[in-house]
Amino acid sequence: MADNATINTSISRRSFLGGAAGLTFAVAVGPGRGWLISAAEAKTAVHEIGAWVRIASDDSITIITPAAEMGQGSMTGVPIALAEELDADWSKVTLEMAPAEPEIYGYMNRGRKRMQIAGSRAVRSYFQPMRLAGAQARKVLVQAAAERWGVDVTTLTTEPSVVVDKVNGRRLSYGEIAGFAEVPAAMPAVTADELKKKSDFRLIGKPVDRHDIPEKVNGAAVFSIDVQLPGMVYASTVHAPVQLAEPEGWNDAEVRKLKGVVDIVKLERGVAVVADTFEHVLAARQALNVSWTRGAAAEGFDSERALSEDYAAIAERHEATATPVNVTGDVEAAFVNAARVYKANFRSDYGYHAQMEPLNGVARFNEAGDQVEVWEGTQAPGSSREKIAEALGLQTSQVIHHQCYMGGGFGRRTVTDYTIEAALIARSIKRPVKMIWTREEDLAYAMFRPQSYQCVEAALDEAGKISGWRHCVVGDGQNLLTAGIKLDEYYGIPNQLVELRGTSHGIRVKHWRAVAHPPNIFAIESFVDEMAAGENMDPLAFRRSRLAMTPRAQAVFDLVERMSDWGRTRPEGRALGLSVTERSGSVGAGVVEISVDRSRGKIRVHKAWVAVDGGIIVQPEMARRNIESGVVFGISSVLKERATVKEGTVMQSNFHDYQLLRMVETPEEIHVEFIDRDSAPTGLGEIANPFIGAAVANAFHALTGKRLYHMPFTPERVRQALEA
Amino acid sequence: MIELNVNGKQVAIAAEPDTPLLWAIREHLELTGTKYGCGSGFCGACAVHLNGKAVRSCQTPLAQAAGASVTTIEGLSPDSSHPLQKAWIAEQVPQCGYCQSGQIMKAAELLERNPNPTREEIVSHMNGILCRCGTYNRIIAAIERASGEG
Repeated sequence: MADNATINTSISRRSFLGGAAGLTFAVAVGPGRGWLISAAEAKTAVHEIGAWVRIASDDSITIITPAAEMGQGSMTGVPIALAEELDADWSKVTLEMAPAEPEIYGYMNRGRKRMQIAGSRAVRSYFQPMRLAGAQARKVLVQAAAERWGVDVTTLTTEPSVVVDKVNGRRLSYGEIAGFAEVPAAMPAVTADELKKKSDFRLIGKPVDRHDIPEKVNGAAVFSIDVQLPGMVYASTVHAPVQLAEPEGWNDAEVRKLKGVVDIVKLERGVAVVADTFEHVLAARQALNVSWTRGAAAEGFDSERALSEDYAAIAERHEATATPVNVTGDVEAAFVNAARVYKANFRSDYGYHAQMEPLNGVARFNEAGDQVEVWEGTQAPGSSREKIAEALGLQTSQVIHHQCYMGGGFGRRTVTDYTIEAALIARSIKRPVKMIWTREEDLAYAMFRPQSYQCVEAALDEAGKISGWRHCVVGDGQNLLTAGIKLDEYYGIPNQLVELRGTSHGIRVKHWRAVAHPPNIFAIESFVDEMAAGENMDPLAFRRSRLAMTPRAQAVFDLVERMSDWGRTRPEGRALGLSVTERSGSVGAGVVEISVDRSRGKIRVHKAWVAVDGGIIVQPEMARRNIESGVVFGISSVLKERATVKEGTVMQSNFHDYQLLRMVETPEEIHVEFIDRDSAPTGLGEIANPFIGAAVANAFHALTGKRLYHMPFTPERVRQALEA
Repeated sequence: MIELNVNGKQVAIAAEPDTPLLWAIREHLELTGTKYGCGSGFCGACAVHLNGKAVRSCQTPLAQAAGASVTTIEGLSPDSSHPLQKAWIAEQVPQCGYCQSGQIMKAAELLERNPNPTREEIVSHMNGILCRCGTYNRIIAAIERASGEG
């Protein structure tokens, strides 16, 4: 077999630093303020060092990109900030994926360097350090040119990849400078006020094609599932129907006799069949009959009963233990003094990531068994590498990590349980292995966005303003259930009590695109709309006059009002609904236009308008597509996606019963606009899907006079609501 | 051994006749541009052309391809020069990219039969191929662009 495994997925630090002639700018770990160090320092540094950027004498520029690529465009968006301040000619820039070394390539977050790309962190975390690094490298180039010409640095300027001496009419390309210059012993310091002004940007805010797209139209892009190794065999794991039960025994002799079967490996939570080809793995999987331990926490769990009955009882039981999430002001007094009170309950079902690439990993041990190479797609290369080492009882340095493209992530791939399985199997069978979960396995053993029940109450004072807000969330998932309740980011409500009442089901749960925001914002913004109707007010006018909007919220509402022509009457059978949300530092407002097929109970979203305040938009075209993706993802989850558990077993098995939105159901128009800001970029990948639930439910009310309280809005629930 | 023509080359594959064409292409021939998404014919990530017709390779037994001509994404053009590939880049369609080989192969079948499809014809032809990133409208734009230029 051909070894295509190393294509574009990793880079050897040594070869990078010791490579061809040119300037290499390295980065060191440590408390130093600057990100870059000189080559001399790099050679003597006691710390781990790595390269960020290399300028070769042929004018080519290589930038190491630290951002895992799962479709959001970050691998291109992040280095653009460096190239901007370097004043690089982007057409001469090549990108290479950083190795899994967070101490070198990570951003600082809660006291630790991380490479985890989740919560829309890529651009907002790397933007400033990348700019500073680019500015430092540019300074070195300009200084080298000034010395060569014997002029003062202040008389020189740069154009893309060229230092220009306007006074004497001379030019030196970055490649020419790299041919003679050396990185100084100490890198020049750069402060934030030396960075370019927004009006001087050549790359930021201008359309740049994504680095990964050409190889995504001809089949060349390497996902971990595509990796081929010499002598490789195939594996697939079977996990218990009741999540987290453990294997006791199986029909070992019978399965081992099947064609091509190489081995059967017991894992903590599953049994892996190994065979020479994947079709033989599939046949062996079919034949495998495992008995599982009894007593797993999920045994007997019925998700629909829990959501329809138990959670409401927990919410009503005042002695139930509650964890306060936000206590502001005196909420009791607000309700005692209220002129009017509103109350409503909202439910949402389990949600599945449904990334198109079923989870998989490739692993190969060395002969001594003390070093493993893994190929995977992970949102968190640094911690993934650590966890794989930990599971194998190895040091992190004994794990060679190859990051691949991800066929979708959506929050699922910050935990690498799949690649750990591949590595354990490889060690057990002493052969390179490609381990693939079938789609059925990926769904049965999924980590879900938790189902939740939300009870919301609001107090209105004499003037009709919202003076108090109580929000109780019930479910199993801790902050995965409440992280989206951040009213202060868009409304001013003086007295708030947000609390969580936890329960436990033994079902795996996980961050899912925007985490708790989709269910939380569904509740918050549906409820606000319900109050607007109760007060006989236009939903937007109600928000403006009764909810003390923040300036950022006002701006996005104003923009989306204009974009959607909110006040205009729609044709018969169509109606609009709106919602606001914040996420990852951004604020967004959205409007959808829907119709309803009443007999079939089907809602159709025809148009969507989204206004976003995301600070400086580094790549507007990528950002627009990312937000469109969020809109479609949101509509998919709000109208269709539903996972349920009966007798502890996930009831859905593939895309026929866990349905995703298809092309025919996609809005004909999605319009995205940004507020023009000159402030640090904030997250965009998860700003759109949270608002869809309430916007659709509010449009449904505008059209039918009925309310939807349970996501997803399946045909059955839509018909029930219409009959209510 | 089952013999067939893949991307213009005669190949012989040592696999059982009931092996899904998908795994024969991806793992036996190492043409990994064709993707496994569901294995049950629901998602279309595995679409390839069998004698010019787009099929779900996960639902196509290898035996059915014996003696036939198969085109995968790698064989659509030698250098990404197919009008659809160019349009896909111009419209910056792919996000995660995992479903896009299937999307492009399905779209290529459409343009072969109908060089100037309407939006409705595009949607109805493409509806079977899932995209979790939600690039559907960009796919439509790319097909419209390619049909205009094709």
